[in-house]
Amino acid sequence: MAILEIDNVNKTFGGLRALWEVNLKVEEGAVHAIIGPNGAGKSTLLNCLVGRLAPDTGRVIFAGREVLGHKPHEINQMGIARVFQTPEIFEDLTLLDNVMIPAMAKRDGSFRLNAWRRVAARAELREEAEQILEDVGLAEQRHVVCSALSRGDKRRLEMAMCLIQHPRLLLLDEPTAGMSRADTNATIDLLKKIGERGITKIIIEHDMHVVFSLASRISVLARGTFIAEGKPDEIKGNPKVQEAYLGGAQA
Amino acid sequence: MFAKTARGDWLLFAIFTAVVLAAPILFAPIGAGYPDLLQKFAIYGLFAIGFNILFGLTGYLSFGHAAFLGVGSYATVWMFKLLSMNVLPAVVVSVVLAGLFALLIGYVSLRRSGIYFSILTLAFAEMSYKLAYSVLTPITNGETGLQVRNLAKAGVVNFQHGDLRILDRAFGVVEHGVPMSNLFGIKMSGWPGFYFCAAALIIGFFIAMRISRSSFGMMLRAIKSNQNRLNYTGVNTRPYLLAAFVISGMYAGMAGALLAVTDPLAGAERMQWTASGEVVLMTIMGGAGTLLGPVLGASVIKYFENIFSAINENVLHQVFSWLPQGVQDVVVSILSLFVGEGWHLTLGLLFMLIVIFLPGGLMEGLGRIVSLFKRGKAASDAAQNGQEA
Repeated sequence: MAILEIDNVNKTFGGLRALWEVNLKVEEGAVHAIIGPNGAGKSTLLNCLVGRLAPDTGRVIFAGREVLGHKPHEINQMGIARVFQTPEIFEDLTLLDNVMIPAMAKRDGSFRLNAWRRVAARAELREEAEQILEDVGLAEQRHVVCSALSRGDKRRLEMAMCLIQHPRLLLLDEPTAGMSRADTNATIDLLKKIGERGITKIIIEHDMHVVFSLASRISVLARGTFIAEGKPDEIKGNPKVQEAYLGGAQA
Repeated sequence: MFAKTARGDWLLFAIFTAVVLAAPILFAPIGAGYPDLLQKFAIYGLFAIGFNILFGLTGYLSFGHAAFLGVGSYATVWMFKLLSMNVLPAVVVSVVLAGLFALLIGYVSLRRSGIYFSILTLAFAEMSYKLAYSVLTPITNGETGLQVRNLAKAGVVNFQHGDLRILDRAFGVVEHGVPMSNLFGIKMSGWPGFYFCAAALIIGFFIAMRISRSSFGMMLRAIKSNQNRLNYTGVNTRPYLLAAFVISGMYAGMAGALLAVTDPLAGAERMQWTASGEVVLMTIMGGAGTLLGPVLGASVIKYFENIFSAINENVLHQVFSWLPQGVQDVVVSILSLFVGEGWHLTLGLLFMLIVIFLPGGLMEGLGRIVSLFKRGKAASDAAQNGQEA
């Protein structure tokens, strides 16, 4: 069953057609990679899914509900979490606080005036937070302020922040961009581990090594529209895909 | 300085309470041990604590908090005029009214962030200030300011000639001369006045401490750190910000009420932007985002305003009388630039030094001193016990 259905989405910036008749179905439990040359509209599409951008036309149905027209926090509460291209974390707070905040957002909803009880007294939250930090291998540093972390660790923290919410759909925007080979491999391992939790994932990625290690399905976006979709093996041999990449490189 | 445990908090609260209650003795050596000044420490400390809940935690810089201070003062004087000289109903009504006013201004201003938010709050406060002078004169009594008068003769309802004080009348309170605010008969002047403000400060500090350690407080810090991430984390930041804005507005209303309690008079200048700017200075000087910083900053500024401004050339000549006449004249003429009328210069220099060298305010300075001592101690401990956690 498709958990996410993107139906005929169009988006223009001035005269530029960023997305043009985009259609996509993502099956529940799939790891769906979206690849394509620079400027193909991958990030634009992701931004439309989380409410950062509003498409001109089209529908996006997530688990039977319309996503478009909702604010980012409402979309997150529906069960969609996002990892950004440059890690978006709470830099001035400790790692533990960083994961406790999304855990609170999951439990308390988008707003709850809980101004009297000490956070530290919410033991169940703290246990959950420590567990997730353990899972991503950051438990040792839980009392460290995040600005001190390496980029790879920030990325892992951001994933922990998404995972603690038990999302039904996780959007990953170039999760290994700018990472060393070792960090990239660690991230792949982590994502495979997450895969065991049965979270549906959409991954935008340039690194084919990452894509072919993880994806169960691949869609190719070029100049704002999908030109191919299939299993990794099918995509590898697809001449249209090779042309799009080479053409994109020459343009 | 204090661990973020429940025990650490109680310790902090106990020390704070002890210092505030013992202030008359503790501040006597620096010439600040008299009620009029200590009251100001407490009142502006409360104002700054509330301001810090908005600015220190969320990072939203309001330039219009004086408006709530003014609303608190006006509401209090009106309660004195209408209901009773007892301070309790006046204070409660002031806080509620300031909260409602903050709800209105906050709702509009929080549609924007950053500098635009600051400008919106400034615009609202200046608007209130100008209105208090013009259109709202029937309520604010314009330039003269609103003051408490003697009871009107029965049946006369004209505030130019006398006040109503329905409750006081009903209880048959007899007034001699200009009525003074009181708490069930205890006059709110001198030391009782200070202790009433001190009690308000202690309660305000306790509430701020709880807020700071709560889930709500953590969300506010998250807004300051990365509001964008918080939105994508499923948190609706607007109501959190509005709640923080209203709470800090209520603190300001309380401070305004206390100003009117200790001196039953309310004027529009209390709403002027300089008053809004002052609380920003207090908070930054003491340490935005810390619990003690705002009170510290408020006290330092009020101390300078009252003590440094009172020093004149004669005092300086006395202090430096041990110097030879020529040198003494030079020293006094230089130093006199920084005292008396020139206290603003001293304050300005101090503020610049703090912002440049201690961006975390006086609290950062204290923290550094403490850690210096700890390091010295830790080094000697480490020699004996090995590593310290």
